[in-house]
Amino acid sequence: MDITRRQFAKICAAGLGSSSLAALGFSPDPVLAEVREFKLTGATETRNTCPYCSVSCGLIMHSLGDRAKNAEESIFHIEGDPDHPVNRGTLCPKGAGLVDFIHSPNRLRYPEYRAPGSSAWKRISWDEAFTKVARLMKDDRDKNFVAKNAAGATVNRWLTTGFLAASASSNESGHITHKVIRNLGILGFDNQARV
Amino acid sequence: MALQSLDIIRRSATTTPPPGVRQTEKLAKLIDISKCIGCKACQVACMEWNDTRDAIGHNHGVLDDPMDLTENSWTVMRYSEVETDRGLEWLIRKDGCMHCADPGCLKACPAPGAIVQYSNGIVDFHEENCIGCGYCITGCPFNIPRLSKKDSKVYKCTLCADRVAVGLEPACVKTCPTGAIVFGTKEKMIQHAEERLVDLKERGYAHAGLYNPKGVGGTHVMYVLPHADAPSLYHGLPDEPKIDFWVAFWKGAAKPIGNWLLGLVAFAAFLHYITVGPNEADEANDKEPEHAGGKP
Repeated sequence: MDITRRQFAKICAAGLGSSSLAALGFSPDPVLAEVREFKLTGATETRNTCPYCSVSCGLIMHSLGDRAKNAEESIFHIEGDPDHPVNRGTLCPKGAGLVDFIHSPNRLRYPEYRAPGSSAWKRISWDEAFTKVARLMKDDRDKNFVAKNAAGATVNRWLTTGFLAASASSNESGHITHKVIRNLGILGFDNQARV
Repeated sequence: MALQSLDIIRRSATTTPPPGVRQTEKLAKLIDISKCIGCKACQVACMEWNDTRDAIGHNHGVLDDPMDLTENSWTVMRYSEVETDRGLEWLIRKDGCMHCADPGCLKACPAPGAIVQYSNGIVDFHEENCIGCGYCITGCPFNIPRLSKKDSKVYKCTLCADRVAVGLEPACVKTCPTGAIVFGTKEKMIQHAEERLVDLKERGYAHAGLYNPKGVGGTHVMYVLPHADAPSLYHGLPDEPKIDFWVAFWKGAAKPIGNWLLGLVAFAAFLHYITVGPNEADEANDKEPEHAGGKP
């Protein structure tokens, strides 16, 4: 292209001038903005009970997908259930952070066994775990069951084993826990039915 | 994506007026300091909803965690131990954006559309338009916005604009177990505060009051303060917040003056062109200089 130095300077000045005008607001954008898209619109809602303490707040868990066969669900948001009489939508800091508890890399996902004296945990199957627990319970009960006390009264106590059940059980599972554990004679156990 | 899910009344560095037909209710969040137990459920719910996570920090020997607002922590609990006429008091304040009616951040922002104010009162940052200059941090009377080192954008509480847009309350409000945070129309929130103040005054807090500072045109996040005569007791809450003089001057009065000056210069130049005319270069000077040396 054939331009002189003077023409070049003129072109530069015109360009600078016009872009400055645009920057001064003579070429404005339309006044529009959009908030972040509401993230729960199509999520599946599932009701549940907070697993932490025995206050048992109601939760709504929002998971990916609409339960279609080919959609693998994954919980991505949890908030309080506004219709639940206990918490009416509120959650404490532990409950409010439940989604990270679900996806925690430290979460226990299968039964593990640490033998007496060992420091290592070993993954075992549910079958092995149940068999082992049943075996230990039976042995301990056979050895330490107290049918009658010193005065000769029938007591049927088994005091050497305790049982810890979930804190956030329903009435029904609390009832079943009582039936099973009391039948065995265990006195030291804890579950939701205490509150 | 359909734009304008909420109506805009102000937009940073923009001269075009926003469409102004629709009238929406002014909303507000009320934080009752006398009911807060400092459990931080609001902090957790905020991060959970907004999908931000702060790095695991260090214990500084106090309950404050993190120690300050960050680009990921849009709200933090501030704990202050102060001596008042009632003895030693442990004052807990949920810190975060106050959503001023007259926002200093928006005034200071030079990036068109990086900060907007919706007609319901929410002041929101649009990070895609943010140029990372940090002027909003200078402009904010409450020292709220935080610049991310990762993407050089500024972040702060949005009052969960995405939830409010579909008719829900913000995440912190919903989770609060003691009901210290409530949400509704600004009118209802002022009423709610007045009821709380009657109760607090009966319990001996003679100076209890509502913090809705006039210096920033009122706020859409308000506090019920048991000691409203000294807001600074609550971890330095400004007694009389207002937009910094120099921010207001440069972005207010100086701007039209500058534009006028610029126009005047252009006009003077034009006048000079008409009356005097351009400099005529004489032929001899305009020619390429002759090669001095003998080039092959």
